Amino acid sequence: MEAAVEFENVSVRYGSYTALDGVSLRIPEGAFVAIIGPNGAGKSTLLKLILGLLRPSEGEVRVFGRPALKVPAEWLGYVAQFKTLDRSFPALALELVASGLRRRWPFRLSAREREAALAALRRVRGEELADRRLSRLSGGELQRVYLARAFVRRPRMLLLDEPATGMDVLGEADMYRMLEQYQREHRATVLMITHDWEAARYHATHVLVLNRRVIGFGPPERALSDECLRRAFGHVGHPHELSFSVERRDA
Amino acid sequence: MLEVFALPFMQRALLAGLLVGATASYFGVFVVQRRMSFLGSGLAHAALGGVALGLFLDAEPLFVALPFTVLIALLIAWVRERTELGGDTAVGIFFSLSVALGVVLLALKSEYAADAMAFLFGSILAVTPADLWAMVLVALASLLTLPVWGRWAYATFDRDLARADRLPVLFDDYLLTAMVAAVVVSAVKVVGILLVAAFLVIPAASARLFARTFAQMTLFSILFGLFGVVAGLVLSYLYDVPSGATIILVESGIFLLSLLASPKT
Repeated sequence: MEAAVEFENVSVRYGSYTALDGVSLRIPEGAFVAIIGPNGAGKSTLLKLILGLLRPSEGEVRVFGRPALKVPAEWLGYVAQFKTLDRSFPALALELVASGLRRRWPFRLSAREREAALAALRRVRGEELADRRLSRLSGGELQRVYLARAFVRRPRMLLLDEPATGMDVLGEADMYRMLEQYQREHRATVLMITHDWEAARYHATHVLVLNRRVIGFGPPERALSDECLRRAFGHVGHPHELSFSVERRDA
Repeated sequence: MLEVFALPFMQRALLAGLLVGATASYFGVFVVQRRMSFLGSGLAHAALGGVALGLFLDAEPLFVALPFTVLIALLIAWVRERTELGGDTAVGIFFSLSVALGVVLLALKSEYAADAMAFLFGSILAVTPADLWAMVLVALASLLTLPVWGRWAYATFDRDLARADRLPVLFDDYLLTAMVAAVVVSAVKVVGILLVAAFLVIPAASARLFARTFAQMTLFSILFGLFGVVAGLVLSYLYDVPSGATIILVESGIFLLSLLASPKT
């Protein structure tokens, strides 16, 4: 199977700070990869390298066999963290979705663009959001609009930075269902940063455990082993440890 | 009321006002949404250095101020891009440098102090054909950048999305900064260095209060800018008060009305 993403001994440094250190990795095309790791582990840096927003200080990043910066933008669908949204910008949900088609902000939408954007919103069950202002959307609604924006260009790879932020439990389950459906229909590769280990376990085909270096990469049952999690986080999970310590205290 | 504009100097003033009113309020939407208002103010003060240099060299002040201010704007953008200094710090440094240069140059040729005052407070009724040419040039350059509106708007909304879509965001930033500088210089004769930032910001801010989309904001801003110029000119003629300041007062009135009439957010 062709590789969707290849990292060859990639390091990223900001002055004396090392965000990624000698990362080598091969993500097969069509994989659903959950990227987990503690804060500052280099997860967003990894996505930015694939998107071509950052250049590595050392090593090489190849996406679909090409240098990251040479990959056509239409092949990649990016869902940024919604907390970076500037809510003072006057815009409608439909415009944001259509910006994914045009790769610039639309002054006026053509009938074709409008239809394509509406179809993408239907896909995320967000058709009723089309003419709503972005500033009036809830976190979950906004994430659905961003997801529609990524879907509208039918990318070969989806890159999502904590897409479940702001969503309720049902919305989150819905989102994973949409992602899996898209991945199946288009044989797309999905790379998703998440802090939810359970979501990684149940929805991903591969889990990448990162802490500036690759701690583990492979099927969830292997990558989410106690050993990998302990090496990445220093423990195997807050909830378990907390209940364990409470039980001990009670005892 | 239309007979006001039968007078040749009023016609020139109207044309100058409409040109800079449209361009300033067009670029104003980016200035407001990118929170660059201080840049507008700083560049206006930088224009003083350029005007003083023009007067010192016995050249057409606007034609010297134009490249001078654009250069200062590019330096500000470069420092902002290359260092971890905030944009406001870069603006503060270069704006002070330009004003200091202007003061020194004007002191060396004190006979031009009165001309400099015209730029400080604006003198739209004294717009010369050369000033008008500078304004036409800037307006034409602005027209040429119309296709970039979508890219500027996209990067204004989210720089990372625009960069991920392979847009030349950095080049576009420099281009926008240079165009704002050019518009600021072309507007100083109309409203004066002290008020030119308001000329950029107020129509766009008023438009923001109503607009549901960025396209609407752009169109409303231009409309408010043009209305402010026409109404301000007429009122200044009728009441014999300074035209630049009257234009800004009218625009401020539009802003207050917009504030009262706009839907609560």
